[in-house]
Amino acid sequence: MSVNRAQRVDLEVVTDLIPPHSRVLDVGSGDGVLLEVLQATKQVDGRGLELSQRGVNECVARGLSVVQGDADKDLEFYPDKGFDFVVLSQTLQATRNPKLVLDELLRIGNRAIVSFPNFGHWRVRFSLLIKGRMPVTKDLPYSWYDTPNIHFCTIRDFVNLCEELGATVEKATALDANGQKIGLSMPWWFWNFFGQQAVFLLKR
Amino acid sequence: MAAQRAPRTNHEADQPSSPVLQFGPDKPLKLDAGTVLSPFQVAYQTYGALNDARSNAILVCHALTGDQHVASTNPVTGKPGWWEVLIGPGRIIDTSRFFVICANVIGGCLGSTGPASTDPATGRPYGLDLPIITIRDMVRAQLMLVDHFGIEKLFCVLGGSMGGMQVLQWAASYPERVFSALPIATGARHSSQNIAFHEVGRQAVMADPDWHGGKYLDFGRRPEKGLAVARMAAHITYLSEAALHRKFGRNLQDREALTFGFDADFQIESYLRHQGMTFVDRFDANSYLYLTRAMDYFDLAADHGGRLADAFAGTKTRFCLVSFTSDWLFPTEESRSIVHALNAAGASVSFVEIETDRGHDAFLLDEPELFAAINGFIASAARARGLSL
Repeated sequence: MSVNRAQRVDLEVVTDLIPPHSRVLDVGSGDGVLLEVLQATKQVDGRGLELSQRGVNECVARGLSVVQGDADKDLEFYPDKGFDFVVLSQTLQATRNPKLVLDELLRIGNRAIVSFPNFGHWRVRFSLLIKGRMPVTKDLPYSWYDTPNIHFCTIRDFVNLCEELGATVEKATALDANGQKIGLSMPWWFWNFFGQQAVFLLKR
Repeated sequence: MAAQRAPRTNHEADQPSSPVLQFGPDKPLKLDAGTVLSPFQVAYQTYGALNDARSNAILVCHALTGDQHVASTNPVTGKPGWWEVLIGPGRIIDTSRFFVICANVIGGCLGSTGPASTDPATGRPYGLDLPIITIRDMVRAQLMLVDHFGIEKLFCVLGGSMGGMQVLQWAASYPERVFSALPIATGARHSSQNIAFHEVGRQAVMADPDWHGGKYLDFGRRPEKGLAVARMAAHITYLSEAALHRKFGRNLQDREALTFGFDADFQIESYLRHQGMTFVDRFDANSYLYLTRAMDYFDLAADHGGRLADAFAGTKTRFCLVSFTSDWLFPTEESRSIVHALNAAGASVSFVEIETDRGHDAFLLDEPELFAAINGFIASAARARGLSL
């Protein structure tokens, strides 16, 4: 199981947001690393939805409750408020219809936790502004033509979408390039410029 | 030949090599057909030992032409148990830890009451006088066996194909008796195409003059030709085009050139003929009619107002479903629709689709990914059940 730096920081922040014994649905559960950490440290009742069959088979072989499915298509089969938390970690930008997916997360979970790479980060802006090239960084290593990330957004864009969907931001965390949390006292524009990753706790 | 073989099947039907539980007139089996079966009997095999808490019992449900000899030598064929690759001491389902039960289904021909059994009212084989049996009837009989062992809650119920239908029925009918459920390569209903194939098989049996309107045992005959054709047609549905091509291609059977006749020129023909012939040695033709009918009638959603999720409302059972990419008898979509229903019911569910070209029969074969999934699921369920590993 390989965990890159962004995922690792993400894991910590997301895990901190979830109280013990919660019912958790991890959308885009990958090889199950978050579910495994949550089960071990928070004794959650965890379920996963994962697109790749390889990821699912690995999860099930490790004893996790994971089904193969597509966040864009299969969330509709889950009942309203069936979970305490629905987590979408580093996946929103890869969905075909992020607005619909976010709407579903808010329907299925009492709370939704969404983390994503911030396209407003200064390195991204710099790449476009100065180099005139789509950014390729350590955490976003794909070229424009082969990236699974088809719907990038900035922290500001995401906050707007939350408002549009009637979701309340209960907590937000931005992480800088070193994985450090950016101070709460900082204004949104500062987060949007220096935050490389963002984690939101939402409720509706 | 036919006259010699007939008594052997008859013998296993009435006095099988397995332990038998007999239910007298005081314990009739209520049937979906609106009648009761009484008296009746259930033949079964067990492996391993039931623990003091009676919490380590696993019920295995067999498929259409399977039987209770899941992990020990089959008395009719002399072959190893049909799931010995999975179940036994030190295997994935370790019989030194688990108490494994497998019962011949009602309607079968290896010791549980079926059409080849002697009808106590007449002293002759039931034949077509046996009422139609459903998947739910089979499960009701299994429940009576489980009650006999004093098992409150089965740790796991698992099975493939028709066995998977029974697993789903168990979970729907008796959710509080099933801690975990593992339906493999199955569906919540039999599709139109599957019913069509079964009908071909049944018509082949009935078209055989030796069938005698179902009373062949009275005539000392058996409709071997018809049953063999039924098996040949069915066997094709258990495989896949890719697997057939890989194994047989257009290879010729023990010959250098086409014979310009209707002998088995091709290996695939010879293989199917062999499958048909060996099948009739171990299976009763009327049982084949009854059990295919039971599968055809199975429609779990229809029993719950057309909404499959309602079959599992409020369930606490942990589910794991498995399908195979090349299975065109119970394609992945069938499993996926069950998964969607279980999600809608808020159930704990895992779902694995396994990449293989071996078709429906893959569930009976040595498939490492299948075993890894079963192992992971059983191990985590055992932890949740508090069973020491």
